[in-house]
Amino acid sequence: MKKLTGAILATVFTTTLASAEPVDDTLILNEETPIVTRTAAPAHLSDALDEVLSGWLFRGTETRAMQSDDFDNPGMIFVEQAMEAWETADGTAGKSCSSCHNEIESMAGVKPTYPKWDENAGSVQTLQMQMNECRTERMGAEAWGYDKGPAINMEAALSSVSRGMPVNVAIDGPAQSAWEQGKELYYTRTGQLELSCANCHEDNYGNMIRADHLSQGQINGFPVYRLKNTKLNGAHSRFKGCIRDTRAETYAPGSDEFIALELYVASRGNGLSVEGPSIRN
Amino acid sequence: MKNCFIGAAIGAMIATGLHAEEVLPTNVAFNDGAIEQSLSGAPGDPNNGRIIVGDKGQGNCVACHEVTDLADVPFHGEIGPMLDGAGDRWSEAELRGIVANAKIMFEGSMMPSFYKTEGFIRPGNAYTGEAADDTFGPLLSAQQIEDVVAYLVTLKEE
Ligand code: HEC
Ligand code: HEC
Repeated sequence: MKKLTGAILATVFTTTLASAEPVDDTLILNEETPIVTRTAAPAHLSDALDEVLSGWLFRGTETRAMQSDDFDNPGMIFVEQAMEAWETADGTAGKSCSSCHNEIESMAGVKPTYPKWDENAGSVQTLQMQMNECRTERMGAEAWGYDKGPAINMEAALSSVSRGMPVNVAIDGPAQSAWEQGKELYYTRTGQLELSCANCHEDNYGNMIRADHLSQGQINGFPVYRLKNTKLNGAHSRFKGCIRDTRAETYAPGSDEFIALELYVASRGNGLSVEGPSIRN
Repeated sequence: MKNCFIGAAIGAMIATGLHAEEVLPTNVAFNDGAIEQSLSGAPGDPNNGRIIVGDKGQGNCVACHEVTDLADVPFHGEIGPMLDGAGDRWSEAELRGIVANAKIMFEGSMMPSFYKTEGFIRPGNAYTGEAADDTFGPLLSAQQIEDVVAYLVTLKEE
């Protein structure tokens, strides 16, 4: 009897330990595109981390497998919807995205550099803001709500054509002050629980926090299809959820704070492959 | 004017069910990170403390700590040290200090302060994401802290 309990305990113990580490696995998309899910940390991060790891490495076997093939990836259904929207005229100018940009594949290489400084706007812009600039200024169409269905689906479509390319956001020059602001937000311990992004995603990635396996909180995989709500989710919405979980007053998707935070968090993943739409819990 | 003030204060005391002996979160005296006296003025109930430590809606301590005695509660975290034997390692006063405000015993600790009401950045209204309103109180009440401490004291390594 005693022995039995010992054996059971040993199993429980090894499973816990096994889940504590990111898996040793490689992601090849559709059996052709290798995805970099772990690489040396970018220089600006080297005093905090040696390696940067995609959230993919912290998910279960089935979730990882689902993401490796577009036919199994439910996020691709939303990408297809956006591909249709890409071709569909909208707004008073009677134009679609394709009227100016042709095939969506011409957008390969765009996603990895966003958020980035926009000279005309005089501020750092996210990809969704850039999309809305096209809609309101060139198409005479209404802006899409931040992280709302049409916007997040299009962001995923733009991301999908850049998969496998390294995230490469600029953190210097005119973008630097927004980057500094984002960094400040990342290390600020907010809310009644007084937790910062770094407390969970830098100091404790790989550890369990109750039932959740903490990753580095990277956004190279965004937009993500979450099994939890069966739709695509934006990075700002994820930030909002994480900050809410510190029992804090959050910021809104599309706010200056989240634009800055997106730039900073994206820069922590410089060198990882663009992966969106990825699949997470 | 003065009367009015006292009236309001008494009103607040009734509303929060404050006992005369209860120490307010803003009045706690720490001694090397420890708190000598009971915060509620009453002894703690270890059975209730055991529930608070495991309950997601109360202490949720197992979000970060593993406790063998609570093996019936699923999903223990691994952020903080295992709590087995905490009653050997720390005195009752030290445990009270750690639970009330661990950052005094362990500088910069990730552990939340369970009996503190001031000094937060963007405090929220529980998990709504909205700003805190005038219902804002400590994470655990004085009596809940006492119950948790009474339970932690029983965590001895045989
Ligand atoms: C109390 C702990 C905690 C804090 C604080 C926290 N997070 Fe998270 N975060 C989680 C958990 C748990 C998950 C889900 C598991 C995972 O992917 O790490 C998560 C997931 C994420 C993800 C999704 C990663 C992926 O691959 O899908 C991102 C991005 C993220 N967090 C960013 C942040 C940022 C930015 C902050 C600060 C503004 C923050 N988090 C603060 C706990 C936290
Ligand atoms: C968000 C994480 C977190 C939560 C929630 C948390 N703790 Fe902790 N706790 C820690 C960490 C981390 C330490 C280690 C101290 C340090 O160096 O920061 C710690 C240390 C302790 C210690 C001393 C450990 C020892 O045995 O030496 C006790 C006792 C303790 N916690 C009790 C509790 C109780 C009781 C609760 C809930 C009411 C709780 N903790 C909730 C993170 C947490």
